[in-house]
Amino acid sequence: MSATASQAKPSAREATRHPAGIRKGERLAGWLFVLPVILILGVFLFIPVLMALWVSFSDWSGRGSPLAPGVGFIGLENYADITTGGGLAESNFGTSLRNNAWYVILVVPLQTALSLLLAVLVSRQILRGRGFFRTAFYFPSVTSSVAITVLWLFLFSTTGVVNQIIAWFGATGPNWFNEPRGLVHLALEGVGVTTPPPALTAGGFLGITWWDWIAGPSVAMFALILMAIFTTSGTFMLLFMAAIQSIDPSLAEAAMVDGANAWQRFWRVTLPQLRPALFTVLTLGLIGCWQVFDQIYTGTQGAPGNTTLTPAYLSYQAGFQDQKWGDGAAIAFILFLIIIAFTLLQRWVLRDKPVSRRRMRAYLPGRVTPGEAPTGAATQGEAAPAASAESKKGAAS
Amino acid sequence: MKQHMRAWLGTGVVVASAGLVLAGCSGTGGGGTSPSPTAGELTASSDPLTVMIGSSGDAETKAVTDAVAAWSSSSGTKATVVAATNLQQQLSQGFAAGSPPDLFYLGSDAIAGYAGNGSLKAYGDMLSNQSDFYPSLVQNFTFDGTFYCAPKDFSTLQLVINTELWSAAGLTDADVPTSWDDLASVAKKLTSGTTKGLVFNGEYARLGVFMAQAGGVLLTPDGKAEANSDANVEALTYVQDHLKDGSFAYAADVGAGWGGEAFGKQLGAMTIEGNWITGAMTADYPTIKYEVVELPKGPAGAGTLQFTNCWGMAADSPNQQAALDLVEYLTTSKQQLAFSKAFGPMPSVQSAAGEWKTENPALVAFLAGADYAQGVPTQAGASDVIAAFNTQLETLKTSDPKTILDKVQSNLEALK
Repeated sequence: MSATASQAKPSAREATRHPAGIRKGERLAGWLFVLPVILILGVFLFIPVLMALWVSFSDWSGRGSPLAPGVGFIGLENYADITTGGGLAESNFGTSLRNNAWYVILVVPLQTALSLLLAVLVSRQILRGRGFFRTAFYFPSVTSSVAITVLWLFLFSTTGVVNQIIAWFGATGPNWFNEPRGLVHLALEGVGVTTPPPALTAGGFLGITWWDWIAGPSVAMFALILMAIFTTSGTFMLLFMAAIQSIDPSLAEAAMVDGANAWQRFWRVTLPQLRPALFTVLTLGLIGCWQVFDQIYTGTQGAPGNTTLTPAYLSYQAGFQDQKWGDGAAIAFILFLIIIAFTLLQRWVLRDKPVSRRRMRAYLPGRVTPGEAPTGAATQGEAAPAASAESKKGAAS
Repeated sequence: MKQHMRAWLGTGVVVASAGLVLAGCSGTGGGGTSPSPTAGELTASSDPLTVMIGSSGDAETKAVTDAVAAWSSSSGTKATVVAATNLQQQLSQGFAAGSPPDLFYLGSDAIAGYAGNGSLKAYGDMLSNQSDFYPSLVQNFTFDGTFYCAPKDFSTLQLVINTELWSAAGLTDADVPTSWDDLASVAKKLTSGTTKGLVFNGEYARLGVFMAQAGGVLLTPDGKAEANSDANVEALTYVQDHLKDGSFAYAADVGAGWGGEAFGKQLGAMTIEGNWITGAMTADYPTIKYEVVELPKGPAGAGTLQFTNCWGMAADSPNQQAALDLVEYLTTSKQQLAFSKAFGPMPSVQSAAGEWKTENPALVAFLAGADYAQGVPTQAGASDVIAAFNTQLETLKTSDPKTILDKVQSNLEALK
């Protein structure tokens, strides 16, 4: 990388060092090749993002170009409006963050776990009709989210299929898409806590009391959470399957020789090697979940009780319906920062760590951890390569 | 170090070129200097007109297209009708691009946003038929003391009764409710099995009728917030009592999308809706027999809400002279009666009332409401407050009406 770069550097000193200039044309050719992409990304991505950034700092009202002379710079006023304004703009933004945070907390782990499980299941050699299952699990991912949202509205309507199935068991299903109460509040109600403790209603953040922050996803949002898990698991299953297939089967065989059972092989051999795939899935999941928009736009539009309002939808609403374009752009950029922060955090959590002392104990000669390996001899002799393989892989990624 | 320098230089080049392109954008987009919206002058040119409508269906699109074509051939100005799939979004795009449609449907809730940013041409005072519009509709489209645009049509909310369920419950014409107590007692008699007595949407745009009947408003005509008045508390308490005893219900709580659907599916024997319900009944529930009566009087007399759209005119339109002429043509009594026949709206001009009543004897109650109807608040930001209010009303059954209204009051006061 650095070698190529210094060769390409057109300084006089280096030009004399490479007088023939065999690679002279390469730089120009390189730029020519990437030029179309740079232009397309620039015009349709980079410039619009810059313009949106400008709008978030301006008092543009939606008429004419945001760069027209009459549009003024108002600093952080739009940001202040939605974070400290004290009015509806602030509490709506707080509500949307609350809703989306609960959505992320439930969807990301569940969809990752489910897609990993599905990938492991359909990767097994002994499974008959693997092709069928792969297609079946992947199908929701290739179906339009609008179509699935409409389907979901039917399934979860008051007299819909889901409630009829619940009725077979003698229970009465909730009024799914019209039930604004949060799951945590409902659970607390179930154990007798109906009035919030004053400590939680006294303070708050972004115009929402702590009691409302911990409300949990509403029943309506929960239906959307189920939908997100249902539709995205197939896509991520595909990523995990590709990663599983690229694992050298001899590693699993070596572990088997060591006497590791299926559970240990999964946790100690397969999963560590899926770390890059896991990072991809978690990142894509986080980004997708924080940007949830189309289900809300076609399905609930924030109802009931603003409990399915998300920042992405709120941003759209602020711009296109209320003509508060600055607020809408500010919401979008705060959302952008949130996504960046979460991605960095997760990169840090999934970073390559040295093998912990607790884990190392299993591989150290002369020590036998109960349940870790059946015989001490086999562990001493064979575990060391496995451990080094793990750390080697870690170093490579 | 050197590489860092180059990276910075590269970034600088990209940013600089982006800046150039941005400047280019401003050159093209910001070029249109248009007259201020309140200035009297209309632009005039020979440019063709674009009319953007949010159509309810083929019947409406065809009727408007035909009417505009007829005007076009007599006036000599070309005009096309575009049926928007998402009117508000397409309008916003048009305004931002500096090339909005010349005329468009505009709801009274959207006027504050567009008038506030100068997108609208205020042409109300130039209309030759200005005095013919119902004064309450003119009030709806008056923003900051300026009458902006001509009301296109309107509807009030009234009580719709399922006549078969009505007589099955042993009720006669003499039992048509005229007071809140009457309404409660017939609702109770009509409630049986899965059918509730009165089903309506759980939102201000329906519950507001009770507030009006109790003598309450959200905002006084001069813009003062009066949301938590005793009258409003009384109205919400009345609704809450009957939501609790099961004779009233929200459409969502009986599994319907809106009052009309609940009514058509006989989940409710009565509902509170506007004249748009007639189209839905004909299309989706043709076997249900119903009649429309005026809502009962409350403690402060008759009251209802009205909803209306106007013909918005873009401040950036190059041919406002022709656009004004087209609006006058489209809002004539004759043309509005033709629209009414084609797709059911109620004429916004008083001179059409007599003929409309003889043509639609079953719907007279909707027009009668024009005498005492309130408009929905149209101040800037009011639609957000109402959206938050609606959120609270969803749980009215279990919350305290005064607390809800106090919250609305503080939100309304924060608007200024």
